[in-house]
Amino acid sequence: MGCRLCEVHCLVQHSKSKDIIKVYKGKEPKPVPRVIVEEKGYLSFALQCRHCEEAPCLEACPTGAMYRDKKTGAVLCDEEKCVGCWMCIMVCPFGVIARGQETADREQTKIVSKCDLCIGEETPVCVKNCPNEAIVCEEIE
Amino acid sequence: MSSDNIRYVIVGNSAGGTAAIEAIRQCDEKGKITVISEETYFNYSRPLISYLLAKKVTLNDMPYRKREFYKDNDVELILGAKAEKLVTEDKCVILSGGQKVPFDKLLLAAGGTPIVPKIKGSNLDGVFTFTTLADALKIEEHINNHKVKKAVVLGAGLIGLKATEALLELKMEVTIVEMSGRILSTTFDEKTSSIMRTALEKRGCGLFTGNTITAIEGENKIEQVILKNGQKIPAGLAIIAIGVKSNIELVNETPVKTNRGILADEFMQTNVKDVYAAGDCCEAKDFLSGANHPIPIWPAAVRQGKIAGFNMAGSKKEYRGSFAMNSVELCGIPTISMGQTAVEEKDYQVLQRFDAEKNTYRKIVLKNNRIVGAILVGNIERSGIYTGLIKDRVDTTNFREQLLGEDFGLISLPEEYRKHLVTGNGGVF
Repeated sequence: MGCRLCEVHCLVQHSKSKDIIKVYKGKEPKPVPRVIVEEKGYLSFALQCRHCEEAPCLEACPTGAMYRDKKTGAVLCDEEKCVGCWMCIMVCPFGVIARGQETADREQTKIVSKCDLCIGEETPVCVKNCPNEAIVCEEIE
Repeated sequence: MSSDNIRYVIVGNSAGGTAAIEAIRQCDEKGKITVISEETYFNYSRPLISYLLAKKVTLNDMPYRKREFYKDNDVELILGAKAEKLVTEDKCVILSGGQKVPFDKLLLAAGGTPIVPKIKGSNLDGVFTFTTLADALKIEEHINNHKVKKAVVLGAGLIGLKATEALLELKMEVTIVEMSGRILSTTFDEKTSSIMRTALEKRGCGLFTGNTITAIEGENKIEQVILKNGQKIPAGLAIIAIGVKSNIELVNETPVKTNRGILADEFMQTNVKDVYAAGDCCEAKDFLSGANHPIPIWPAAVRQGKIAGFNMAGSKKEYRGSFAMNSVELCGIPTISMGQTAVEEKDYQVLQRFDAEKNTYRKIVLKNNRIVGAILVGNIERSGIYTGLIKDRVDTTNFREQLLGEDFGLISLPEEYRKHLVTGNGGVF
């Protein structure tokens, strides 16, 4: 339905305080949402990193910042290693890696921003808060 | 070690070699892997040398794999030794010190060497090339020792401009000298070259195109360069970046076939059984033309190394080919170019849009309704969608009008293909 609640929850989750008021009142940097909602007429869908089995971003990253988490299989970006060369943006066929604005713990723009499946949460916040249960998170063998 | 363990030897310790190690270990935990590298660093990211020179990263940030990588993967690392001779009939590589390294499967991933033209004075102190970590450190040392304030860069390709960007970052006065009529002529079209030229000049960078250096002068160390048009430019540093050639010397007197690079088939094997090649030293399939062509970029080297590794370890995997693609940010303007971008319009359809106010430019090149190239300047978000459309050879007839939109996304794509991406397993190979 294009309510964009997933975007709101995503960027709050990845903000410094995780406090929606502080983030939206401009009291702290507002991160870019790591889930993208595309909308045209009656059609809309949310899109975030697919954590591909053969992930092109892993092959393109020249710093070793992009890596696969051995435990969960998620494709994650080590923000300490990322220099913002945008090679991953160039190769991701889903267009779900973005140039980061600011991050939770530092005001650095030259790093990418992508879905981390909400590390530490049982369910990603976009999935948990989708009123229509349109976003699902499933483990694939 | 039992005799049935396969001996893998990899010449070169960068993108291709590392990817091969990872692929081999996915299939074969027991085989013996030996890596030979002329360089003395255990592992570092070559594209980061301009960031190091600009002091945006430190030496500690240079490795792209953890220190334990070689130990964890049980790899013997022979550093600071050059693979001098390949004896295909004895299946061994002879190192600079005379050591003989026998192999069952060999991967040649030795990269490239910068071309240094014959210029009077190019042996003077203060004249460098810029492709290795050692180069970056030597340049930094030279700048510090001689308090260099002025530099000349010969060659306005990617390496030359990355060097320029780093030197500008160090607040140096930089002059670029380029033989062709425009900068980044092999990466960009004319429009993009001109946008980037304006940005560089605005930042105070000197630019001579259609010109070259005929002599470098100075006592012991560089003091000035003389251009073809007679102009003299004072400089305490010169970086030569006119191009890189594939390292093929190792196979010169062997049956291994070469063109500009070592020729590899769709399994990344050369014409000699059990001898494979990957990365900048090799010529493998160009996805767009189908012919063998050198594509000296990081992602291609990784893919080729990976495919080679799998095949060396007995897990058959085919290389589908790569195409040129680059992401470069200069003077704060991000750019991405991919595939065929500077084409004769009669054979291709070209869509382009320049927004003077935002200083953004987008160009899509089509052949038979399929995307074969793209350039994005200023706004590069979601550019990978075009990469995917090129790889999947998607017919764009029904959504062509939307291709140039800043908001172009998966929603613009035909339903079946979009569903495949959004809810299916995706179009990734």
